[in-house]
Amino acid sequence: MSKLKLATVWLDGCSGCHMSLLDLDEGILTVAQQADLVYSPLVDATEFPAGVDVTLVEGAVSSQEDLSKLQTIRARTRLLVSLGDCAVTANVPSMRNTIPVQKLLQFIYVAGADVNPAVPTQGVPALLPQARPLHDYVKVDFHLPGCPPRPDAILALLSAVLEGRAPKLPAVKFG
Amino acid sequence: MAQKKISIRIDGELVPALEGKTILEVARGAGRRIPSLCHMDGLKDVGACRLCIVALNGGRLVPACTTPVQEGLAVTTNSPEIAAYRRMIVELLLVERNHVCSVCVSNGHCELQSLATSLGVTSVRFRYRYPSLPLDLSQERFVLDHNRCILCSRCIRVCAEVEGAHVWDMMGRGIHSRVISELDQPWGEASTCTNCGKCVQACPTGAMAEKGWAVEEMVKRTAQVAGAAVRKGVSL
Repeated sequence: MSKLKLATVWLDGCSGCHMSLLDLDEGILTVAQQADLVYSPLVDATEFPAGVDVTLVEGAVSSQEDLSKLQTIRARTRLLVSLGDCAVTANVPSMRNTIPVQKLLQFIYVAGADVNPAVPTQGVPALLPQARPLHDYVKVDFHLPGCPPRPDAILALLSAVLEGRAPKLPAVKFG
Repeated sequence: MAQKKISIRIDGELVPALEGKTILEVARGAGRRIPSLCHMDGLKDVGACRLCIVALNGGRLVPACTTPVQEGLAVTTNSPEIAAYRRMIVELLLVERNHVCSVCVSNGHCELQSLATSLGVTSVRFRYRYPSLPLDLSQERFVLDHNRCILCSRCIRVCAEVEGAHVWDMMGRGIHSRVISELDQPWGEASTCTNCGKCVQACPTGAMAEKGWAVEEMVKRTAQVAGAAVRKGVSL
């Protein structure tokens, strides 16, 4: 049997969920035996491949780029997992949601700048009006909350979906 | 006058009860677990949060905290239907304001958060509202963060009924309701506030906290305040 295709994606988050993923200890060897990591901040692939079995997505959807990435991922993934509080609730990125984007950018990059006060427009994606959880835009198959999610919960979820079982997660703190 | 002894059925089991007690008091006294948020021992119940809903005689749902027991009553404390409603209530509380747990002083010690966990909430099906709400830092020792308030009114009741100061009240209606000090003055300017902090300790979330704590550091002494409330009730 060929190995399953696993991907991980980092949207608007701090990469703490990826740190928790790396913190699986020896569990990561089991995962590596069952799946190939085909796309991730941890590997070199530049384009999200087709036919991915499981994708773990960290972070909220905050920019136009996040949204188009997420839509591509959803179209090319069998099981999509919201990994961590930012993906599940929009968490810390959502704290800007009560402030209009232009006002926010002016405040940070113009009023708050010591040098070169200007709102950056080149090479950065446009922000969406609000940072929102993944399931506001696409169907999400599993939610794994936590800031970051506990490594044992990540392993329990990954082992189950890689073996085709329904995941039975340890009681994880919400939010 | 001695209270009349009656008996009711809780989840099929016959339980002795005193007339005048609420279903919540009797059920918890009999060791049943019914979740609640706005109830605090020693304070008058208001039925605000609806988490303690139980089914009467297999049908109508009522809050256990405000419904008195009656002879022959049969109460169901949990069922798939009740659990689904409780979960929905918690999800609605979570979308109503900005409960960003990861940066909250009460993270890990929050009654709303632990209820969400125990009800198996792993995501919220409703759209988050992200309302713009103020933070009151005017008080010398305490902070009021409306982003984390669930309108349970425990602060209002503990201040009025136990401390006897009645600094707090509720302003507005429905989703626009907001806890206010005195006539909507900043907390720091409330002349009736005695600085006792009972409201802070009674608050189930991070909406009221002592100043100076960082994320996860604010552990509420709710049990002590509830104990004081119960003793005061007994002495009346």
